[in-house]
Amino acid sequence: MNIIVCIKQVPGTTQVEIDEETGVLKRDGISSKMNPYDLFAIETALKLKEQTGARVTVLTMGPSQAELIIKEAFMIGVDDGYILSDKRFAGSDVLATSYTLAGGISKIGSYDLIICGKQTTDGDTAQVGPAIAEHLNIPHVAWVSRIKEVNNQSIIVEQNMEYSFEVVRLPYPCLITIESNICTPRLPSYLNMLKTKDRPITNLSLMDLPDTSESNYGLKGSPTQVERIFKPEHNVEQVIIDCADTDGSQYAYELLKQWKFI
Amino acid sequence: MASINIDSELCDLCGRCISVCPFDAIEEMETSITINAACRMCRLCIRNCPQNAIKIEEKQQLIDKTDWQGILVYAEYYENKIHPITFELIGIGRELAAKVDMPVYCLLIGHKLKNISQKFLEYGVDTVFVYDNERLKRFSADLYANVFEDLIKEIKPSVVLIGSTSIGRSLAPRISTRFKTGLTADCTRLKIKKNTDLIQIRPAFGGNIMAQIITAHTRPQFATVRYKVMNCAEKCEPHGNVINRNTSRQITTSSIDVLDIIPKEAAPSITDAEVLIVAGQGVAKKEDLELVKELANSLGGEYAVTRPLVEKGWADYTRQIGLSGRTVKPKLIITCGVSGAIQFTACMNSSEKIIAINKDKDALIFKIAHCAMIGDLYELLPPLVDKIKGISNYEI
Ligand SMILES: Cc1cc2nc3c(=O)[nH]c(=O)nc-3n(C[C@H](O)[C@H](O)[C@H](O)COP(=O)(O)OP(=O)(O)OC[C@H]3O[C@@H](n4cnc5c(N)ncnc54)[C@H](O)[C@@H]3O)c2cc1C
Ligand SMILES: Nc1ncnc2c1ncn2[C@@H]1O[C@H](COP(=O)(O)O)[C@@H](O)[C@H]1O
Repeated sequence: MNIIVCIKQVPGTTQVEIDEETGVLKRDGISSKMNPYDLFAIETALKLKEQTGARVTVLTMGPSQAELIIKEAFMIGVDDGYILSDKRFAGSDVLATSYTLAGGISKIGSYDLIICGKQTTDGDTAQVGPAIAEHLNIPHVAWVSRIKEVNNQSIIVEQNMEYSFEVVRLPYPCLITIESNICTPRLPSYLNMLKTKDRPITNLSLMDLPDTSESNYGLKGSPTQVERIFKPEHNVEQVIIDCADTDGSQYAYELLKQWKFI
Repeated sequence: MASINIDSELCDLCGRCISVCPFDAIEEMETSITINAACRMCRLCIRNCPQNAIKIEEKQQLIDKTDWQGILVYAEYYENKIHPITFELIGIGRELAAKVDMPVYCLLIGHKLKNISQKFLEYGVDTVFVYDNERLKRFSADLYANVFEDLIKEIKPSVVLIGSTSIGRSLAPRISTRFKTGLTADCTRLKIKKNTDLIQIRPAFGGNIMAQIITAHTRPQFATVRYKVMNCAEKCEPHGNVINRNTSRQITTSSIDVLDIIPKEAAPSITDAEVLIVAGQGVAKKEDLELVKELANSLGGEYAVTRPLVEKGWADYTRQIGLSGRTVKPKLIITCGVSGAIQFTACMNSSEKIIAINKDKDALIFKIAHCAMIGDLYELLPPLVDKIKGISNYEI
């Protein structure tokens, strides 16, 4: 069995602020890390590997520094790594990102199961996984909270819905996205680090993909555009009560009565 | 579908664009500047270039937007329940439709829907399209995407609105991808331009900033919308109709088998409560949560918590408000010892009345509170509960 896990490098922090005057984002440091939700996807794949002897490959699209998270995946126990990196992928939205990843997956070749994290901490859309499945024309199940059974033809999983768990069977090839906190991701090991130090990472550019027409990638292939970004505004009419000089509980009580909650 | 180009004649390599780019997407090469894969088209570089060397090139419009008419709302029906977000989608759908003079449609998928389909007409929907078939009884994304495709090809809607729910977020990307068009996830505000471009606003960077997104050159425009953010549609005199659509074998076949549905234990839901009392880290010990629970009890509401309390194991995840928890919009919310981080406030600031109790006069939560109470929750809550209980005892 072959498993491909899609992983993404994300900024190390989401604590960004906007400079009110210039409208420019202030960045503190430019650290980056593996999308934390993708660790659960990798862990799920490695558990399946232990169970079935599957081969686990990770795939990422991003700038060349994103190789770092592939190295990290190797240290956790992943077998192979591919990176899709090309400046013509710049500005990809959900459609273009998922199209590029689907192209990369076709290039990697034979696969039975694709696993994605439930969402990223930067894009935060949870949409890339299902969109990849659509491009590849394979079934998917999102929010998988448990793998119940695997065999040679299919996998049975539990899907976390709002008011219930749905138990479903999917035939290969298929894609699942993994809920967070369904397992404890193992840590990178020193031994694996030594073992995988020189393991090659395969680089794929636009020209390696099945579809080489530039207009389907990056900005040009992205139907959505960010028109502007701005700071969330708050403006409310308010009263301020300092309990040092007002009886706070009495005030709150009167207010709740006035608002008809008591 | 646009691209950003840098005019190397004008560019003097000052590096300003590199420093303003929030996404680290601009790199300096030896003699030029290039934009890499991290670019999200926010255009800050264009606005900040002193030389006006950065330009955006829009591609020629490919489609005729007037061919695409109507706002299609996905009526989420699962396990014999209409998800309440459906009425919020109809509400915002009608608002948008009025601006550009379009009809509002609903798509209802499932089995034994006869009585349910009528219900949407009472909320002012023009046409409800129904796909009723035993094989559609249970949700799977590929199956429902087929049905969606069938209807979109038939009615060619300009906008498709889907709830940002477990089902919606699994279904929407499938169907938007099928039409090779844009999808904006988890919108919190929607407006529409005269030329029918949908203005989609959603939080980015964990709620620290808002992004305004449009889908200018393709149709339909897909958006998923966060639950409890839009206003419910008002009831009105029904004027619309119901159309039952053909459910051929072709569109009702899935490769996914639903084997079982295990209901979750029905926990009291903080999204449905009208009154919420929230405990933050100002509550020092797990036992002290009782103070907050008692106040919630005395007002007939529920208690909720901030994320750190869930992480400490003091309360269940289902009680967490915030970006990584739930969005709430109760009639009254009282926060006790909550600092007011944006990831928290972004998901409760449309509550009708907000009372914030915090002993730090500069706490961020005060920016959004209707009543800001600078004080110690341990001194405030016990007498308040006594007073509220006192009055109900008196009345009994
Ligand atoms: C991507 C991301 C997602 C996140 N998602 C969420 C989320 O979904 N929900 C969430 O809540 N957080 C979330 N957070 C965390 C968030 O940034 C804050 O850390 C969190 O909300 C702070 O919780 P708090 O207000 O309870 O605690 P603190 O920030 O520690 O604030 C405690 C407050 O209590 C006050 N206080 C102390 N003692 C008393 C007293 N005796 N009486 C009155 N006041 C007192 C203090 O002045 C202080 O203001 C997220 C963060 C990130 C980066
Ligand atoms: N650039 C990328 N490279 C590889 N995988 C990605 C990328 N973007 C998203 N994904 C996958 O899609 C999931 C959902 O991402 P998102 O839709 O951005 O929330 C992630 O958890 C990853 O598994």
